[in-house]
Amino acid sequence: MITYLEAIRLAQQKALATDPRVFLYGQDIGTFGGAFKATKNLSKEFPGRVIDAPISEDAIVGMAIGAAIEGARPIVEMQFADFSTCALNQIVNHAATLYYRTGVPCPIVVRLPSGGTSGGGPFHSQSMEAVYAHWPGLVVVTPATVEDAYSMLLEAVTIDDPVVFCEHKFLYYHLKADSLPETSLPIGKARIARQGRDATVVTHGAMLHESLAAARELAEDGFELEIVDLRSVKPLDTDTVLASVARTGRLLCVSEEWPWGGVTSEVIARVSSEGFGLLDVAPMRVNAKDTPVPYHPDLWSVHRPTASTIAAAARRLLQI
Amino acid sequence: MARSLYKTRNMSKPSEPVTEPDYLKAYRIMLTSRIVEEKLANLYRAGMIKGGVFLGRGQEALSVSVGIHLHRGDIFAPLIRDQAGRLAFGDTVLDTLRTYLGSQLGSMRGRDGNIHRGRPREGYYAMISHLGAMIPAVAGGLLAKRLAGEQGFVGATCIGDGGTSTGAFHEGLNAAAVDGLPLVVVVANNQYAYSTPNSRQYACADLVDKAAGYGVAGHKADGTNLLDCLQTLRKAVSAARVGGGPQLVVANLLRLVGHGEHDDFSYLDKKLKQSPVGSDCLLLAEQHIIAQGWKNIGELAEWKRETEDEVNATADRVRREPTPDPEEDDWEALSRAEYREQHTAP
Repeated sequence: MITYLEAIRLAQQKALATDPRVFLYGQDIGTFGGAFKATKNLSKEFPGRVIDAPISEDAIVGMAIGAAIEGARPIVEMQFADFSTCALNQIVNHAATLYYRTGVPCPIVVRLPSGGTSGGGPFHSQSMEAVYAHWPGLVVVTPATVEDAYSMLLEAVTIDDPVVFCEHKFLYYHLKADSLPETSLPIGKARIARQGRDATVVTHGAMLHESLAAARELAEDGFELEIVDLRSVKPLDTDTVLASVARTGRLLCVSEEWPWGGVTSEVIARVSSEGFGLLDVAPMRVNAKDTPVPYHPDLWSVHRPTASTIAAAARRLLQI
Repeated sequence: MARSLYKTRNMSKPSEPVTEPDYLKAYRIMLTSRIVEEKLANLYRAGMIKGGVFLGRGQEALSVSVGIHLHRGDIFAPLIRDQAGRLAFGDTVLDTLRTYLGSQLGSMRGRDGNIHRGRPREGYYAMISHLGAMIPAVAGGLLAKRLAGEQGFVGATCIGDGGTSTGAFHEGLNAAAVDGLPLVVVVANNQYAYSTPNSRQYACADLVDKAAGYGVAGHKADGTNLLDCLQTLRKAVSAARVGGGPQLVVANLLRLVGHGEHDDFSYLDKKLKQSPVGSDCLLLAEQHIIAQGWKNIGELAEWKRETEDEVNATADRVRREPTPDPEEDDWEALSRAEYREQHTAP
């Protein structure tokens, strides 16, 4: 069985093996193999191409940008997504503006170990996808399955533009697959993870699995939720979302991010402005609570959306 | 170990001496830079510039000395006051004026302006405004060249006294030092960061002292003296080129104009202006050329006239060029069409 984390390691291994332009740069990723072991043994297999960096997130991304200008395809690891704020300037002001300003694309991949885990606390739990999606010039992806973690990372390396790769730490170890895919949906296409006639749930990342669990709970009562896994939040596959809402007439958006200006806000804005007539009732959303992510597992498990809070919201949406 | 090798290798090989042709070539670029910038200031006052104008008056000797020692295959990320270094590296009067006047034909096509111009594919990086950010970018370009097996290349970038206070300066120089990259960081200590004097910018005795803290070589130059700048940069660039790792060059000089043409420079300490650091490097270079007997006053005046004619003719040409058409811009921030948003609001 291949875990989500191992899929990320194997995708990097394949990228290094097949493209001599690829190199990895980040903290503790060399001999140590990374804080989560996402680069385990890669420095031995690819000498000189898996490079330990000082604790300098800004310089790590800045160096990736220069390397990309010179024709390389760097994959950089932020040890936790939370620390990417220290690299915000290089990501949003340099990488994201380079193509528009100069006509020279910036093919870097910034890996962000994202989202909450039990005991992670305020600085090792954040979901940054909406922050990066705000700036033009970035592709922002949020794989929710082992297969997508593998294929989307490999695709990300081939994209000539900067990609923020939000891999979810909660899925690292317990999400498993029998094998890795040969083909996949391209980045930018959402996936109907579960078909249902009664309401559409639009979600991404670890919340896909909470939403699927909520759907199983409602199925016991005879209601079928359709679950859309966005896969990439930018570009956002509005067509697939609208087509689903056209079938169900009801929309619930679920995200582990904070509510203000997040992916749920964007999806609801788009459906409301482009598909208002498709809606039978006002759209709803479930987000994390609007506080820092708490450390204690008892607080954290209530801070984030869960299958039961999603199911409760779905019942309100369905007026049952 | 490779790391200690970079730091301990003997770099005592003397660099080639600066010759009369070297000096005269550098002077002509300084002169062109000064004349272009005077034209830009006039155009600004006439309301013809799109956005601001930021001049490098007083910093030409240092700046030209950086650009003139770089070759094709090297990387250069100039900063605000590097018109002279840009011209020395291969930028043109034409593209300078196009970018300031907002011509569609300029390298930035109206999407960015003034000093934020470059041609990254040619090793000429386009600065962003966030100070220090270009240091790791150049370091990364150098790392990629090393990984690709290239040899004999260097990268240089310029910054001011104010920029040395940023986190990006620290992170970039430290990371470059850890990997022993052939990076030359040139600090123009021009005494002011916008209006902030050095006394409110740093507390060390001399900015070059920072070199020891990063484990890189440090060099000092008199930024008003072209010969000293040329000799110092020649030494620093060649040390980086042959494996000496990062080099930090600090030159003292005075910015002889405000931060931008909108700035009245009211904060200038008159004593600084009257001190040696307040000398005009271009005038000193002219005096040196005449004292050495390399050219006479008449010949230098002829150079000036020729350059003014060229700059004026180029400006007249650029003013007739098309400006960017909002209908023609594709308004796309990604190079790959399949990854662009399809449903953004108009």
